[in-house]
Amino acid sequence: MSKTSHMRKGEESFSPKGLRREQDANDALPCDSVLASLSSLGATEHDRRTFLKMAGVPCLTACVSSCVAGWPSLALGAGSAPAEDSRFIVEAQFYEKLPYKKTRCKLCPRECVIDDQERGYCGVRENRGGSYYTLVHSRVCAAHIDPIEKKPLFHFCPGTLAFSVATAGCNVNCKFCQNWDISQSRPEQVRNTYLPPKELAGLAQQNRCPAIAYTYSEPVVFYEYMRDAAEAGHALGIKSVVVSGGFIQQDPLKKLCQGVDAIKVDLKAFSEKYYKEVVNGELKPVLEALVTMRKLGMWTELVYLVVPTLNDSDAEFRALAQWVKANLGAEVPLHFSRFYPQYLLKNLPPTPLETLERAKAIADAEGLHYVYLGNTPGNAAENTYCPKCRRIVIERIGFTVKEMHLRKGKCEYCQQAIAGVWQ
Amino acid sequence: MRQRLEPNRREFLKKCAAGAMLAGGTHRLPAFFSTREKTKVVYARDPLLRGTGSSLDSGRLLKMLDRAVQALYATDSPLEAWKKVAQPGEVVGLKVNGLAGRGISTSVLLVEVVCARLQDAGIPQKDIIIWDRLNADLERAGFRVATRQDHMRCFGNDTLGYEEELAIYGSVGSCLSKTLTQVCDAVINLPVLKDHGIAGVTMALKNMFGAIHNPNKYHLNIGDPYVADVNMLPPIRQKVRLHICDATTAQYEGGPSYMPQWTWPYNGLLMSRDPVALDYTGWQILEQKRAEKGMKSLRAIGRAPDYIATAADANHRLGTNDPGQIEQVEV
Repeated sequence: MSKTSHMRKGEESFSPKGLRREQDANDALPCDSVLASLSSLGATEHDRRTFLKMAGVPCLTACVSSCVAGWPSLALGAGSAPAEDSRFIVEAQFYEKLPYKKTRCKLCPRECVIDDQERGYCGVRENRGGSYYTLVHSRVCAAHIDPIEKKPLFHFCPGTLAFSVATAGCNVNCKFCQNWDISQSRPEQVRNTYLPPKELAGLAQQNRCPAIAYTYSEPVVFYEYMRDAAEAGHALGIKSVVVSGGFIQQDPLKKLCQGVDAIKVDLKAFSEKYYKEVVNGELKPVLEALVTMRKLGMWTELVYLVVPTLNDSDAEFRALAQWVKANLGAEVPLHFSRFYPQYLLKNLPPTPLETLERAKAIADAEGLHYVYLGNTPGNAAENTYCPKCRRIVIERIGFTVKEMHLRKGKCEYCQQAIAGVWQ
Repeated sequence: MRQRLEPNRREFLKKCAAGAMLAGGTHRLPAFFSTREKTKVVYARDPLLRGTGSSLDSGRLLKMLDRAVQALYATDSPLEAWKKVAQPGEVVGLKVNGLAGRGISTSVLLVEVVCARLQDAGIPQKDIIIWDRLNADLERAGFRVATRQDHMRCFGNDTLGYEEELAIYGSVGSCLSKTLTQVCDAVINLPVLKDHGIAGVTMALKNMFGAIHNPNKYHLNIGDPYVADVNMLPPIRQKVRLHICDATTAQYEGGPSYMPQWTWPYNGLLMSRDPVALDYTGWQILEQKRAEKGMKSLRAIGRAPDYIATAADANHRLGTNDPGQIEQVEV
């Protein structure tokens, strides 16, 4: 580690290193960023702190060479850090006030009780004098244009692009997180850009993205921004898709479902033990959220990251598939995704392909119609097959749709309806 | 059972390690590593610390600090003791706790007298850094943020930021404050004696949450084992040399925020080189006060700070929570 490096944590998000490419199917941050070009579009500006920090970088770099090794320069100038930017701070929509200026967050099932001046588990919601605020409204730390297949959403407007955004923060702490540098950070610890809802929607339109995707970290923690952006998007005919762990309370979920068009849920395992030990969350509320999404008619797809030795038993795959079929329906796509060692789980190997194939075989046998394998470029299980005639209706190579044999949502060979949102 | 006449392998290695550390300088020897010696927690109290008013008397506070440090290091003078804490040429960080504002944060006056004594011991102003999590926390607690390198500095982690690489121990994966990793050679930990609504109590061990980028992730399960694991991260374990708990005002309920109705003027300091012993001792003081006020114990209300015991266990060995191994010295 270089002692003279002054790159802020999170800058990596803007130009991630090659390793990230391997896990693209899990919606890791891609190598290119649209944030860099936003200022030239005149759409956004960096927050003041970031601006000052960036302005300070050349000074710091200049100073370092003359400094004693290991002694960082403080040439930013005397005085305190710049005041925070009030544009990002909006009162939270789901919380309750408690005696002695405490608050209880009602957004996610964790229900953090938070003292004055403290933050919840997510790190992006703060109690200020007994009221509760999100600190990340319009405070975007990652923005990229991705294929919708990268979310992955395989049955939602295939072959289109999603203008994908994230803020800092997450309401769980998965030991395998590939975007931990933003998801496990506080907003002031990463680089941000001010991107209010209307401008976000406008950028999506300008860049010919028919959807905005809320992704990379955990959109539940930037709930207010997501809802406002979805509304702004709809005003311009832009759809909204959510990539989430589904760890959210019922009331906010129901309101969210009124404003977005699809949700992809990372169902991280099918055991409470795994959720407790590896995710720092709970399975039950996620399952309840999934049932609610389906009841409300939300287009939903599932990703299950298969982690060797931790959630890869036949019994767990079978229980998962049976539950999905019974509670969500056989037409809900299920993506078994390949794990690569990351973050706090570097001691495990990547998921063997055979394990993924075993998972798919079990889910197929249980009667799920659309079972995919992710992070396995070139694998035939990336294609969509008609559940009736078994011919390929959508052929994919990686995130690229090569051929589509769908007409008005039906297999062009046998006219079987293929579940999904096709335009 | 056969009586053990020779030290077992672990004890042998521990003694070797202690010897090696002694050779490297006494200031690097936490009390609890010195084989069978008890670990010392010094209570210094002065009922007249506030005179007849509510403000602390700086002269009396300085004398109290001197008594405490001299007793802890068993020296003939306070100056001798301070010279064991840090040596000229080292950069000394004072990790304060300013979260709760002026009411129940590390007092500015206490930090001033510690700085005065460090300077007496040959540490120049420019090598003293008062730091906490955020500049805003420091300002709320009454400190003035200052970053000029030729003066005493005072700033939050938001000034220099955090390391990009994770430091990992047990349940914890965190990016450490660059102030700790890149600037400070030695740290004096200056927590406050107070209750914590989630973690039970917050004193020496918990104050190190101010050195990591993601403390919000580690309040689950009443902080156990997270608080202990954070203190195992090498820069914390290696650099923190002394813990001075500000107990001039203490709070037995409603923390970490300032709740004046649950504070009382304890008019004292707790000092130790063993954060576990200090926390255990401070916890008992808070429990005693809760009992006096007719309140249930932290155990009874489900927030006993078991992370203190975890910090003492075989996987951590950060100190002792065994009352029989703690020598309480009142001065």
